[in-house]
Amino acid sequence: MQANVSKVLRWSAVDGPGNRLVLFLQGCNFACPGCHNPHTIGICDSCGDCVPACPRGALSLTGGKIAFDPGLCDQCDLCLRACPISASPMTESLSVADVLALLRANRPFLTGITVSGGEATVHAKFIAALFTAIGADPALAGLTRFIDSNGHLGPLGWQRLMPVTDGLMLDIKAFDPATHAALTGRDNAKSLASARIAQAAGKLYELRFLMVPGFTDSEAEIAALAAFARSLGRVRVKLNAYQHHGVQGAARDWPKMPRAGVEAAAARLRAAGVTEVVTPAVWL
Amino acid sequence: MLDGFQKLRGIVNDPALSAAQKAHALAVQAENLLPYPALDAETREALDARIICDMYEGAAPYRPRYVLADFSVVLQKGSCWLELPPPETLDEALNTLMIAYHHVPSITGMPVYIGQLDALLLPFCDGVSDEELYRKIKLFWRYIDRVLPDAFLHANIGPTDNPVARAVLRVDAELKQIAPNLTLLYDPAVSSEDLLAHAVRNITECSKPHIANHPIHAATFDEAGYGIVSCYNALPLRGGASTLARVNLREVALRSHGTEDFLGTQLPRYVELCARLMQARIDYLYDASGFFQSFLVEEGWIDADRFTAMFGVFGMAEAVNALQDMAGLAGRYGHDAGANALGLRITETLAEMVAARPMRNVWRGRAMLHAQAGLSTDSEATPGIRIAYGTEPDPVAHVQALAPQHRYYASGVSEILTLDETVKANPEAVLQLAKGAFAAGFREFTANVASNDLVRVTGYMIRLSDVARHGAGDGSRTNTTALGAEAAKLTGILSRKPRVVAQERDAGQR
Repeated sequence: MQANVSKVLRWSAVDGPGNRLVLFLQGCNFACPGCHNPHTIGICDSCGDCVPACPRGALSLTGGKIAFDPGLCDQCDLCLRACPISASPMTESLSVADVLALLRANRPFLTGITVSGGEATVHAKFIAALFTAIGADPALAGLTRFIDSNGHLGPLGWQRLMPVTDGLMLDIKAFDPATHAALTGRDNAKSLASARIAQAAGKLYELRFLMVPGFTDSEAEIAALAAFARSLGRVRVKLNAYQHHGVQGAARDWPKMPRAGVEAAAARLRAAGVTEVVTPAVWL
Repeated sequence: MLDGFQKLRGIVNDPALSAAQKAHALAVQAENLLPYPALDAETREALDARIICDMYEGAAPYRPRYVLADFSVVLQKGSCWLELPPPETLDEALNTLMIAYHHVPSITGMPVYIGQLDALLLPFCDGVSDEELYRKIKLFWRYIDRVLPDAFLHANIGPTDNPVARAVLRVDAELKQIAPNLTLLYDPAVSSEDLLAHAVRNITECSKPHIANHPIHAATFDEAGYGIVSCYNALPLRGGASTLARVNLREVALRSHGTEDFLGTQLPRYVELCARLMQARIDYLYDASGFFQSFLVEEGWIDADRFTAMFGVFGMAEAVNALQDMAGLAGRYGHDAGANALGLRITETLAEMVAARPMRNVWRGRAMLHAQAGLSTDSEATPGIRIAYGTEPDPVAHVQALAPQHRYYASGVSEILTLDETVKANPEAVLQLAKGAFAAGFREFTANVASNDLVRVTGYMIRLSDVARHGAGDGSRTNTTALGAEAAKLTGILSRKPRVVAQERDAGQR
């Protein structure tokens, strides 16, 4: 089984506990204007618009398919700007066996693996196969298997994933349905249900909430977050602050989230009885 | 002589120097007024061209470069020379050490080794509470930093988990001083995982301690043991190193016609010349200086037979890249398997040559290979076998690229990994990296946590300095990096490439 991978990291301190190998899987079922990795949203359809945009000649159309030569690429990312569908011509296709080999080669350095995106659960079958294979491999015993997700996956999908997953980091983009639709183009019912499913399975590692000024920093949103977190019982809530890095288009005009607002929200959550509230480790 | 007198006068009248600093500078100048130990013309020429380098140790070696006194002697027996009875309480033991340190010289004029502190102090800790121990260690730490303010001065703890090691870690993270520098000897079979985790938490707070791979070092030395001093030098305890000289591999490569000429002709030539330079200095120390007619030898603090010679190399990155260029190969050191293999081949060749060259008045009769951490004046050559600044891969790839060479550098190999600030919220990541590095064969794990570098935050990367320049909001951060002399190291590190990659900034880099 194969998956389209935007990037592999062997060193990450911000995608779950310890050092994690991170797979950024290509493709997303949300269309967030404020996405900080917009080039991971679409799936390349080999239209060829990026080929002339590359100053190094690293891209070509071969047999109707985009071909990418990483040896020529100097990471200018002009191809990403040229792409009309928020995809990337620079992804690679990895098999479960490829990822297992990567994990074995780096085993002593790793606490676990995290699949991210894009939206990881778009590749639920691949993740299930990969996580099952990791669990069955004695050389990889002890590696924890995490998913970083927007939660837009139904109960049947989680039924497949949950038994082979050790932790879920789940983003709730907004509680008010209209706000959620404006921020993502989708409804939030599935995401909220996913949090409950994961918590019931004892695998909700972290609930993440991105504070975007004018959208999700309101009293009502924070109150809804507090109520939702409390309804889950013991849960760790991570507040993130909206920034501009990587963002393309109109959302660059949205204001950045100031530190004071995040810390005030964290204080409100703690006062409301949320058991663990985490704020960003680094401020800009 | 006029020139010499002018230099002396300049020191005496320099308003920027304290009286003690003037005395030290005058001593250095006076030593260098003497003729250098006799060298043959070929060695002299290589030294003058700085293809080989004596680290500017001075013209008349009158004490070894590094002295690792066995302080257990004075703690058990006292000292006739110093008129000290054996201490009986922890206060007396600490007081005895504070006196003892002033009588152990080194190249810096201050001690570079203050001992394996837990082994030294544990016999005096019966009935001492953890809180009391903490308070006493804190005063001791403050004394060291204020009276012997030298970042090369080094304390060792471990490999066992014990109250002294814990108190030292607690005080060190709290005070964040430049001195003493600190190494934890780590042995997965003996040290607790929790002790390692404590050390790693300290690293995220103050970039100390360094963590030594104790099983590898212990196997390199003998029952009398070893210590880690100065810039990650592993040396025999109750001895040390008489001298450290080094070969500039970049300069040797630039004088070569390709890899085979380098390995077969040029490198053997300069290895021999460097050995001659070291021998001339050691001969002066042993035969002329009178250093070993000292109470330190008579009372057993040191043993004249336990001083090694450190055979240093630096500029490996430039040497490999230059040889790759000559061969028409594009692969760069640290990134390309072929270039890394060439680095390993150079190291293996060096180790063979050093092991084959007899040395007089040197522990076990042979010098010990050392990847030398550099001088502030090394502008064109990267320290030791490090990957060139600004080109380093992520920390895992970094360790994997260099690990195969580590086993050959018996007297130490200095590598510093720079980690971005996000690890402060996740020290377990650093713990895992350290365990991976040791499993891969790293002799020493050293990490600095950058506070002024690019950082990656949940999937995107930013340059904090850029953000600050554009005046964005609240920029208050704690600078966790060590002060003073360590800052000099960090200056280079801050110019290094961040080890954490961004999706959006280099999406095409696999």
